[in-house]
Amino acid sequence: MKDLSMHIMDIVQNSVRAKAENVTLFIVMDEYWLTITVQDDGTGMDEVTLQKVRDPFYTSRTTRKVGMGIPLIQQNAELTGGHVEIESTLGVGTTLTAQFGRKHIDRPPMGDIASTAAMMMTGNDGVNLQFEVQCGDEQFAISTNEVKEVLGDVDIRLPKVTSFLKEMIEENLRELNIEFD
Amino acid sequence: MSKVKSLADLRKMRDELQTKVSLREKSDHPDKLVQVKVSMATCGIASGAKEVMNHMIEEMDRQAIDAIVTQTGCMGYCYAEPTIEVTLPNSAPVVFGHVDNKKANEIIEKYIIRGELVDGIIPVNYETVKENKNE
Repeated sequence: MKDLSMHIMDIVQNSVRAKAENVTLFIVMDEYWLTITVQDDGTGMDEVTLQKVRDPFYTSRTTRKVGMGIPLIQQNAELTGGHVEIESTLGVGTTLTAQFGRKHIDRPPMGDIASTAAMMMTGNDGVNLQFEVQCGDEQFAISTNEVKEVLGDVDIRLPKVTSFLKEMIEENLRELNIEFD
Repeated sequence: MSKVKSLADLRKMRDELQTKVSLREKSDHPDKLVQVKVSMATCGIASGAKEVMNHMIEEMDRQAIDAIVTQTGCMGYCYAEPTIEVTLPNSAPVVFGHVDNKKANEIIEKYIIRGELVDGIIPVNYETVKENKNE
């Protein structure tokens, strides 16, 4: 994975596949740490499964035999002095927290978070994504449900909507001087 | 400094979109839209599926193609990522493999707009003898 947005998309996709209806993505940045949290209300995992998810040769899929998503984000987090924490309860949901050393030379760049967030909001049918960014005192938040409410009977999956959301998130983050460098 | 876009601007855009949608529904072909699904699992993302999806959305927005672009999981063609599934109205889904931005343009131009098949299709719809349970 070249950048953190790719990891984010990957982890959120896990939640979508776990039949989550609500997914919250927090990105919090302070002077030393960049923390990404993905919280969902999907199927969750039992303790036995939870112990196996960090193993690249474990997956719940049947289409292939490897599951690299979590091992890859864990590797990148650990390379920057951070770590990955996963909490899960069967039937309740899962929370994954990945902490990266913000100024560590090995931290991958954030990448295009605006387009990633826009695509996740419009590209996953039936999932409400709450996207929140916090950097110092500045905050930005948007959710799929808010957008759907505004759109009414217009399909959220239309390319025009995605493009609009992407620009909107980009401009708002710039306005708040939130830069992930 | 220019004004920052907000949800209020989206509300304005909605009216424009709504007119377009109702026009389509009243036309002779109330078919569904073109549907594009981008395989967005670890394998796809690592091979650049995110960039391809972004590119397709931008292109279809620019060319005003009535389509919906969504994400899907791994279809099992990890060797051919990024893969996309295109469903034209009233036809069977077609899966394309090794889709980069250039290939995406070709698919939009030839398959989505003109309905011509292009190289790079992964056959999915065949039945083998073993799978055929009518035997």
